[in-house]
Amino acid sequence: MRAPWAGPLGLHHPGRSVLHRAPVAAKLVALAALSLAVVLVRGLTAAVAGLALVVGATALARVPWHRTTRGLLPVVLTAVALGAYQTWVGDPARGAEAAVDLLTLVLAGSLVTATTRADDLLAAVTRAARPLRHVGLPPETVGLAVSLFLRTVPVLVRTVAETRDAARARGFERDPRALVVPAAVRMVGHARSTGDALAARGLGDD
Amino acid sequence: MITFEDVEVTAWTSDPAGGADRVVRLLGPVSLALAERRVAVVGANGSGKSTLARLVNGLVLPSAGRVVVDGLDTADDGAAVRRRVGFVFTDPDAQIVMPTPVEDVALSLRRTVPDASERTARALDVLARFGLADRAHVPVHALSGGQRQLLALAAVLATEPAVLVCDEPTTLLDLRWRTRVDDLLASLDQQVVVVTHDLEAAARADRVLVVDGGAVVADGPPGPALAHYRALMTGASAAPSGERRP
Repeated sequence: MRAPWAGPLGLHHPGRSVLHRAPVAAKLVALAALSLAVVLVRGLTAAVAGLALVVGATALARVPWHRTTRGLLPVVLTAVALGAYQTWVGDPARGAEAAVDLLTLVLAGSLVTATTRADDLLAAVTRAARPLRHVGLPPETVGLAVSLFLRTVPVLVRTVAETRDAARARGFERDPRALVVPAAVRMVGHARSTGDALAARGLGDD
Repeated sequence: MITFEDVEVTAWTSDPAGGADRVVRLLGPVSLALAERRVAVVGANGSGKSTLARLVNGLVLPSAGRVVVDGLDTADDGAAVRRRVGFVFTDPDAQIVMPTPVEDVALSLRRTVPDASERTARALDVLARFGLADRAHVPVHALSGGQRQLLALAAVLATEPAVLVCDEPTTLLDLRWRTRVDDLLASLDQQVVVVTHDLEAAARADRVLVVDGGAVVADGPPGPALAHYRALMTGASAAPSGERRP
């Protein structure tokens, strides 16, 4: 059975490419720099160049395209909707740029997680968060929070899908409350259970 | 050895009618000494059996009395107790932190194995022992429910705790995976305390605790204790009495 879509993040793909072997810190700095450039540099040409750069890097990393495209499909739909809205309000160039920028950012984030083991990402974030110890925030907690975020994406997607099915089964498919309220309650319950589980594994004791 | 000494757990609850908050007793007083290798805890939903299990590794602290595991008080030595007592939950999704199985097991080993490469190798060994070697790099959300529960067990047992507490570990599993997890638990060297609704599994324990209304109402060998539980659940008038230990 095919696994349900679980978002473009948090799917490490083992490999030996240059990107796989690059230091985690370098990849995170590059991601931050690219994100800044995407936001600050205006114009469709620059946006397309940014996307081409990330697509090239994805090819270099040899991450399977079917995995990448499948994970990006909902983002593409969102980008199309965003572009269509901008076009409708009278700025088609801005709409195209926004859509391409969104794809570039999500694809770049996916590429970092696809080429980086979560264990290494956790270690890098923990190292980077060391100065926070001086304000009373344990760096291990910061690293764990990032890992939990990546892990929670597929759980959230599944919870929303199950809740949507349950609402449809009861004939409430047009009532947003039937989706939002149970899904939110379940996710809060999941968060509490996860907190208990983390404590039980002693992960907050370091 | 797990010892409960006059343990009570209470909590504040608010009155939905707008009255004053009040204290309710969730469990106790309970006094127990658990030395058996296999202990099963059975009881109705909301009876207090999960609270009893969570007391063992300090997830819940007593409001009165104390819980001692191998000489360590759960209130004073919580971190040390958690290193000795592993805990497995009903829903493995709440327990698995990392995106892939090998990374989640490696996370458990961070404290004891500083080198990342060695940690990964050890994690792969652990997964192989649990029959999950071919799933090591698969996203966790792509695993079946049974595989996820097996992974949760592997991640906890990777640290080789002296005691394993499981809170309804097979409730979400089909018969095939339930049997596999039950067989795995039966094969462990550790002392295992299992909260369960599976009376067949409870019947294989060395000792069964029946919890009802926050009290241990029967305690002893599986035969009489489970007979007491069945009578309790079906409302039979002539409830066979389980051996009740002080």
